[in-house]
Amino acid sequence: MDSETNQLDHEWAVLMAAAQTGDGAAYRRLLTAITPYLRSIAARHHRERADIEDSVQDILLTVHAVRHTYDPARPLKPWLAAIARRRIIDRLRGQGRRRARETFLSTEHETFAAPETNTYEAEPDARALREAVAQLPEGQRQAVTLLKIEEKSLKEASAASGMSIVALKVSTHRAVKSLRKILERGREET
Amino acid sequence: MTSTEDLIQSLAADAKPVRRLRPPFLRACGWLAVFVAGAGIVTIATGAWPDMLARLKDQRFAVELLATFATGLAAVIAAFYLSLPDRSRFWAILPLPPLALWLLSSGYECYRNWIELGPQGWRLGRSSDCFAFILTMSIPVALALYWALRRAVPLDALRVLIVGGLGVAALSAATLQFYHPFDVTVIDLAVHVTAVVIVIAIMAAVGRAGLGIRRSPIR
Repeated sequence: MDSETNQLDHEWAVLMAAAQTGDGAAYRRLLTAITPYLRSIAARHHRERADIEDSVQDILLTVHAVRHTYDPARPLKPWLAAIARRRIIDRLRGQGRRRARETFLSTEHETFAAPETNTYEAEPDARALREAVAQLPEGQRQAVTLLKIEEKSLKEASAASGMSIVALKVSTHRAVKSLRKILERGREET
Repeated sequence: MTSTEDLIQSLAADAKPVRRLRPPFLRACGWLAVFVAGAGIVTIATGAWPDMLARLKDQRFAVELLATFATGLAAVIAAFYLSLPDRSRFWAILPLPPLALWLLSSGYECYRNWIELGPQGWRLGRSSDCFAFILTMSIPVALALYWALRRAVPLDALRVLIVGGLGVAALSAATLQFYHPFDVTVIDLAVHVTAVVIVIAIMAAVGRAGLGIRRSPIR
């Protein structure tokens, strides 16, 4: 370490020692002074400007959280560099994990990578559903029309149809089952 | 997202005085002193010392006990050093020499037992008791060490917990020797080693969530 670096480290150590006693002005000067140093470390590992800045902020927050672990008798730079390295590694790992399960979109991507999202046939087909409802037995059709299509409450539907609440629930359950069967059959036929 | 300048302003505004950590060696010694005092009181109160002093005349046993205890001391000291950001990672190898001596000395004893006693050397001693002893004793000791290490907010919590777990298990195994008035068989040794590994694994798995710096809020 040359004398200039030594001098700088000594200055930082003094500022940090003051910050540990609650001197906000010294702390602000220290954080401002170390930020370019942290940025230079972060720039070695990240390419995106936003990532570099996020890493610097991460490191600053961590320095704040662990500032009581710094021993003023020791140089500050190695302490700072160790925290910076650790934080950058954490960020890179997090990015690796996210990249493994997410697809980043750019303007070139018109649609999603998953093939299901591109099949128009799979979209809900209102006409097929109406036809399927029409095929249901009377009780089931009435229950599903009142509760699911007109979105009435169980009480209102019971008053409108004269069916009991329990009967409505049973009919709706059966109707949904029948609809699933009818729609599946329809899909297989096409 | 706030700019870095804004962040610095808000951190500086939050510059409350903090209590500096004492040097790691002193903290480790303080913790170990409490442990030795506690274990000393229990072993004296249960009248385990006369037997122990008699057995210590056997040089091989003395070496084994010392090595076990030294493994515990070294691992605890190493854990305190490793919990700080700017201390060398090589502190992690401090407990390895006494650990090797511990395993060698008890392994040698197993071998001698086997030669002298034949198949009897393979008998299942009171191994399940030892197993339960090491695990049960490790719980309060591990909690005490975890509590002491927490103040350092280690950046690499896993390494600290693995080395600390070794220390806890070794100290428990050393205390076990006070209540283990028979020679170690191969099975006993295997049980001890298994218990040590389990203590380390549990400490690492359970402690990792709470010890150390939290994941960054900035994404």
